[in-house]
Amino acid sequence: MTAMVTVDDALTRYEPVIGLEVHVELGTVSKMFCGCPTTFGGEPNTQVCPVCLGLPGSLPVVNRAAIESTIRMGLALNCDIAEWCRFARKNYFYPDMPKDYQISQYDEPLCTDGYLDVTVPLADGGSEVVRVGIERVHMEEDTGKLTHTGGATGRIHGADYSLVDYNRAGIPLVEIVTKPVTGTGGLAPAVARAYVAALRDIMRSLGVSDVRMEEGSLRCDANVSLAPPGQPWGTRTETKNVNSLRSVERAVTFEIRRQAGVLDAGGHIVQETRHFHEDDGTTTPGRSKEEAEDYRYFPEPDLLPVAPDPAWVDELRTTLPELPAARRARLQEQWGISDFDMDSLINAGAVELVEATVAAGADQGAARKWWMGELSRAAKDRGVELAELGVTPADVARIADLVGQGTLNDKLARLVFEGVAAGEGSPDEVVAARGLELVSDDTALLAALDDAIAANEDAVAKIRDGKVQAAGAIIGAVMKATRGQADAARVRELLLERLGE
Amino acid sequence: MSDITRDEVAHLARLARLDLPEEDLTHYAEQLDVILDAVAAVSQVAADDIPATSHPVPMANVFRDDVNRGCLDRDEVLSQAPAAEDGRFQVPRILDDEEPS
Amino acid sequence: MTEIVRMSATQLVEEMAQGNLSSVEITEAHLDRIDSVDGEIHAYLHVDRDGALATAAEADAARNTGADLPPLAGVPVALKDVMAMRGVPTTVGSRILDGWLPPYDATVVTQLRSNLMPILGKTNMDEFAMGSSTEYSAYGPTRNPWDTTRIPGGSGGGSAAALAAFEAPLAIGTDTGGSIRQPAAVTGTVGVKPTYGGVSRYGLVALASSLDQAGPCARTVRDAAMLHRAIAGYDPMDSTSIDAPVPDFVAAVREGDVRGMRIGLVTELSGDGYQAGVQQRFTEAVELLAGLGAEIVEVSCPNFTHALGAYYLILPSEASSNLAKFDGMRYGLRVSDGDEGVEQVMARTRAAGFGDEVKRRIMLGTYALSSGYYDAYYGQAQKVRTLVQRDFDAAFADCHVLISPTCPTTAFPLGEKVDDPLAMYLNDIATIPVNLAGNAALSMPVGLAPEDGLPVGLQIMAPHHQDARLYSVAGVLEGALEDRWGRPLIEEVGA
Repeated sequence: MTAMVTVDDALTRYEPVIGLEVHVELGTVSKMFCGCPTTFGGEPNTQVCPVCLGLPGSLPVVNRAAIESTIRMGLALNCDIAEWCRFARKNYFYPDMPKDYQISQYDEPLCTDGYLDVTVPLADGGSEVVRVGIERVHMEEDTGKLTHTGGATGRIHGADYSLVDYNRAGIPLVEIVTKPVTGTGGLAPAVARAYVAALRDIMRSLGVSDVRMEEGSLRCDANVSLAPPGQPWGTRTETKNVNSLRSVERAVTFEIRRQAGVLDAGGHIVQETRHFHEDDGTTTPGRSKEEAEDYRYFPEPDLLPVAPDPAWVDELRTTLPELPAARRARLQEQWGISDFDMDSLINAGAVELVEATVAAGADQGAARKWWMGELSRAAKDRGVELAELGVTPADVARIADLVGQGTLNDKLARLVFEGVAAGEGSPDEVVAARGLELVSDDTALLAALDDAIAANEDAVAKIRDGKVQAAGAIIGAVMKATRGQADAARVRELLLERLGE
Repeated sequence: MSDITRDEVAHLARLARLDLPEEDLTHYAEQLDVILDAVAAVSQVAADDIPATSHPVPMANVFRDDVNRGCLDRDEVLSQAPAAEDGRFQVPRILDDEEPS
Repeated sequence: MTEIVRMSATQLVEEMAQGNLSSVEITEAHLDRIDSVDGEIHAYLHVDRDGALATAAEADAARNTGADLPPLAGVPVALKDVMAMRGVPTTVGSRILDGWLPPYDATVVTQLRSNLMPILGKTNMDEFAMGSSTEYSAYGPTRNPWDTTRIPGGSGGGSAAALAAFEAPLAIGTDTGGSIRQPAAVTGTVGVKPTYGGVSRYGLVALASSLDQAGPCARTVRDAAMLHRAIAGYDPMDSTSIDAPVPDFVAAVREGDVRGMRIGLVTELSGDGYQAGVQQRFTEAVELLAGLGAEIVEVSCPNFTHALGAYYLILPSEASSNLAKFDGMRYGLRVSDGDEGVEQVMARTRAAGFGDEVKRRIMLGTYALSSGYYDAYYGQAQKVRTLVQRDFDAAFADCHVLISPTCPTTAFPLGEKVDDPLAMYLNDIATIPVNLAGNAALSMPVGLAPEDGLPVGLQIMAPHHQDARLYSVAGVLEGALEDRWGRPLIEEVGA
């Protein structure tokens, strides 16, 4: 294998061009072409009917909600909505595809030629807005799920046979394809990540998909090519199934480094699909393409053209919510925070979380403090997104409230977060179960204080001499005796009262 | 226009997942040649400005409401499968080079 | 009284209404008839004795309560094996679906059930409806009841032969390029291809989705109209289904009148290649229509000469995709030695499960759709389709209906064309334009060819959604012909 080079080194000689194809499962109640439920996690092959099983004789009928969701996606991405378009059949044999063709859209997508402005975090803590062109947004159907059995690894390679569950087959997918993104230089991996994050946020705010990446409801293919500045674009590779924000960034980074190494050594890039490996962040070649794919697309004869009435499109336009970029500007104004603080929130993926926490009753300062501090650290430690930590904005609001009331101090609050994230229940349940409430009963405190005074005669003498800083030793002893659940300020008050008697 | 070769037939058979013996390839090549000759005139008939017809009765925008309808009984479905295991269809192993791109 | 199995559906309805016959008696009579003659004819691939008798008993019970019954309640019907029927073997004439028991009913089956019509069984057909003789059935050919050395037409030879051999009073067929009309023509029966979308395709195992259309088969025009009424109508499970009220076809038969009607003779659908006796009986029928007050005009549809070519590109293209699902993974045949990869198992299964003609058309369609050939073949064929439609539009601007012989010849001998695909395809030359354009057509018997004593069919074509016109013309012509013959032509069968 050719030596890898660093990204910074690669960028001194090559300009990357990236392109992203994102598939998202729409959150409709029923599948794209039949009435089967789309819920995740059902018993295998219990959410199937003649249509999504592709039984002989069955016919598809288009789900109106899927069309509406796609048009709304297209509008949110500033696309043109086709006045007339058709579905097409993409023909290829594979056992996860019940009909051995996929109903998709080919040369007549529903939405075309849009863009999305993406805020990309910079290393200095600031940010830059990059406009990513949208080539097309189209509809298609998902495939079934294969499980590989036998062999050592449970992977496709070396398996004895495979098992197919068609519950996922026919779930509506929307595919969003970017135009080639050029001129971003070293930002390319970050642009890729920020774009996917922005798409995800838009989907969520439109309510067209809940985008559970951990359930595979958003899947990304990343195209990368390199060329010396001013030269025509190079040969690209397509890295398939990159399924988290972090992986998108890593996969693009890896391909830039790998391709630069190949080109430096005088080699040429093979046009191929590549697989991304989560464990080490590398990509490896997929199927060799000695025989070019021939999908034999043709207009799907079982479905009629889709010709959205302009009035319908206008009506859908009125249903668009405030999109993430606009909302962020409004929130920054509302909260009165600096560009730097806002960028930090955006980069951490915390804007919506803080907003929801404020909506749940917390002060914006407290909400930001917890999400950007304790919780960001915990997310980083576990390698997950903030939103995937298992702590909800309502939890944060409640804990902030408990701190405000004096029921918790910051140290105890951290333990409550830990308990909530570990699935021990609501903040109140964790406080009760772990016995984390501050001791506010003066009788109990005074008993501990008297013990401490008796045990620290030296310190008591110093305090009486006016060396008040010696109080720390006694307060510390009280805190220790109460396992940290005393309010230190109150202990200090009581100590001074006692000694002043 | 036609003159379809044995190799082309072999390629078509692979695309269409038909495992044909050698003698069939030659046989089909001859027959497809005859048929394609007979239909080849079609490619010269229509001018560029003639639109293509994909649906015989012009209609558009036929949609269904986004509601659930009944699913099939899994046992009945799997009873028709050549092989099944754990509520799933069992299929032969998938070789590396068969993955779709 | 006429023997039960020789009665028309109209007569059977009457006898049941009068209380002279029960549905169980009628159904049993047909099952007995099947037992006695189907060994020779082979119209059926599967007889559903228990299911048919259960429905018959249900129809009789409903009648005894005095309830309002659907018009055809209790009248048995045969179903082409292309329709999925829950729990009943559905093979589509192919080995690849040997033993398949569908877990669901086609919409047409649901309609027959809700009309309380006993379904006698599944009728033979060319494999996946590819053929014009029923010889391409994987389960052996059907024989023509008029002459058992001859073909009954195809692909729906089983349904047509069942009618002509009095093994069913009514039957369901499907017509992609003539598979209802051509068998009707060569068996002296009536077959109707409705306007595309007029009868649901849900549960009809697709050959070519944009051409396939289910329709009624019967021994009389009126019977066909009744069955058409029973199975027509909007189906939300079929996107291409027409969402409009179903016209009263029976009234169209009853009130049929051709006076003042302009009937167009299609120049391109006669002459060279048409058998003399076919041409002769056709011409006599035209004269009869003129005598009944119709105005006969000649019309030219120049693009019809390209219809066959376009059809044999569009059909295989769609079929190559529709038949991909038969891969041995989820139902039907699987051929494997146990240690092969999935691609090889699919390829071996399909090679073993499909017959010669099916493989030929799959490869032809794969070719026509493949990159580099799509524009020249499939794309151009779809343009020719537009031209054929324009020819129809122009002709129908001038005429109420068009007519032609249904097919160029009478029934040809079994085995004659089985190894000559092109000769077989030419049999559909007059029926194909209608499928490309999606409009309606009917075939009815107009006599026996003098040279071979075999039935000749006449085809009536109507514009989209004007299926009722077929029945108006056919009803009048049938009456006039029977007046001339003294009895229905079908009574000559086996004579």
